[in-house]
Amino acid sequence: MFYREAGQFHTNYGQDSQIFPLRQDRFAILTLLAVAAVVVPYLASDYWLKGLLIPWLIFSLVALGQNILTGYAGQLSLGSAGFMAVGAFACYNFMLRVDGMPFLVAVVLSGLCAAAVGMAFGLPSLRIRGLYLAVATLAAQFFIVWALDKFGWFKNDDPSGVITAQPIVILGHLFDTAQEKYLVVLGIVASLALLAKNMARGATGRAWMAVRDMDVAAEVMGLPLMRTKLQAFAISSFYCGVGGALFAFAYLGTVEPSAFTIDLSFRILFMIIIGGVGTILGSFLGAGFILLLPIFLSVLFHAVLGKAVDASVTSAVELIVFGALIIIFLIVEPHGLARMWQLTKERLRLWPFPH
Amino acid sequence: MAGFQFFVEVLVTGLLSGVMYALVALGFVLIYKASGVFNFAQGAMVFFAALSFVGFMELGAPFWLALLLTIGLMALLGMGIERFVLRPLVNQHEITLLMATIGLTFIIEGLAQLVWGVEVRRLDLGIKDQPLPWLADNTGLFISQIDIFAAVVAGILVATLALVFSRTKVGRALRAVADDHAAALSIGIPLKRIWALVWAIAGVVALVAGMLWGARSGVQFALVFVALKALPVLIIGGFTSVPGVIVAGLIVGAAEKLAEVYIGPSVGGGIESWFPYVLAILFLLVRPEGLFGEKIIRRV
Repeated sequence: MFYREAGQFHTNYGQDSQIFPLRQDRFAILTLLAVAAVVVPYLASDYWLKGLLIPWLIFSLVALGQNILTGYAGQLSLGSAGFMAVGAFACYNFMLRVDGMPFLVAVVLSGLCAAAVGMAFGLPSLRIRGLYLAVATLAAQFFIVWALDKFGWFKNDDPSGVITAQPIVILGHLFDTAQEKYLVVLGIVASLALLAKNMARGATGRAWMAVRDMDVAAEVMGLPLMRTKLQAFAISSFYCGVGGALFAFAYLGTVEPSAFTIDLSFRILFMIIIGGVGTILGSFLGAGFILLLPIFLSVLFHAVLGKAVDASVTSAVELIVFGALIIIFLIVEPHGLARMWQLTKERLRLWPFPH
Repeated sequence: MAGFQFFVEVLVTGLLSGVMYALVALGFVLIYKASGVFNFAQGAMVFFAALSFVGFMELGAPFWLALLLTIGLMALLGMGIERFVLRPLVNQHEITLLMATIGLTFIIEGLAQLVWGVEVRRLDLGIKDQPLPWLADNTGLFISQIDIFAAVVAGILVATLALVFSRTKVGRALRAVADDHAAALSIGIPLKRIWALVWAIAGVVALVAGMLWGARSGVQFALVFVALKALPVLIIGGFTSVPGVIVAGLIVGAAEKLAEVYIGPSVGGGIESWFPYVLAILFLLVRPEGLFGEKIIRRV
């Protein structure tokens, strides 16, 4: 009844090709952004910001990168944590070794470093596909973490093994409270998400999807295969690198290779599987789901059993529920939460009528 | 000739550790050859099998009873996987099935932790982890008896499985299923039974691998990551070749150890973590289907 496009006429191409053609959608998304930018920092506690919202935004960004590579371009990759590590260490080194380097410039540069590394490890994708490519990206993951650990130059030869990230200073203003860090992360993630949405809607995204569906046919049609695949790797690694830099600077506060394990790579893959492969919204939904699940489970245990259960039992049940949920999602809704949201919207357009 | 002797020792150690990788990879190949599914959960199955075996022995069962009980448990696990994971996902894209097995990994790991706990356990097979005396005396090589036993067991397993796949009716049915689920169904191959059988066999292979690994280094959670090491073995040998697994295992094991010993010191060590993968990539660029695998034909 309310979610209909009756009365909304598009009179030029710009209006026709906007991301949110319905006025209700535009209103909703602008309200959401306004709430996120203005209301949340005032009302949310430090725990909510530091423990939930900032990691959610950062993981959404990395999941976006993974979605671009695996969801849109169809190149299965298990090396996202490695590219995050490149971003984090690059940002640290740029801020350390270049006097007066602005934080945002360092973030962009570290994304570009990660993109370069991503392209290098994406070269095998020109020859191999599917599972074999996944193993090649595993090589990237292990090699990057080993190299960052072994060569002391990356860590500025720090003997303690734990490097503190530099404080975030933008245009002279220090961003060190949870609210300020949240706003920085929100700004970066929102703009990069908008960029990703437009890339996915445009010729770039269509080229990726053609490569995903059948790359031989795409090449026959005239798509430059090498350029498309390497571009996907580069852009995806850029997103992962920026996410990694934010992960180290705005969330962890330290820069260490051990934070970027193969486990993290798998979690990011799960975020996009559950959220919805090949969608922008899916990255956000999946990241939120994966982050909230352990908290939800421990709260559930408390409520059901009334007392604190042994940590190994909760972590074991968490693993089982995790794995079971992945299988259930793959069987019931292979396109993830994003598709479920899309179906809901379509029902809303008809409500209160059944068809 | 101390240099040469050292080289031979490193080589032999590498070859034997390669045999261990091959045992784990064998389970992968079995399932891939018979159902076209890449079972990422094989490492977790190895861990679960070894843990259950040790658990049953700790509960008081003698060696043979514990062995039978664990085989039964793995067979049950295989049937459960077929019923709840594979049957609903028949004929889906191979990446979907791969992701389902990744989910399966988590379930099996969680189950192992829940049922048997998290402590590291010792596994006693009755074979001493000591060098074989006459070999040490005659050639000066110190090779553990467990490693030799593992090599013999692996050899027997590989030979048996290779024969089953190539000479028996069941083996042919398995290969047909791997080629195309829907086609195999349409000509009357009992898909459900075949899959349950294959996953049960893979479970038993996982048990053997788990027992040997556990005897060597104790039954601990790190066993799950051995599965990741088996991936380069699969790539180099070919996903569908049983003899290829052994050859590739030997190559990976030897190359890894030799690289660690001879190239490692000049770059700070720890090469073992990524060298097999880089080797696999190089193989892939030259021979995408692996040394013994079937040529990949893609129809557009």
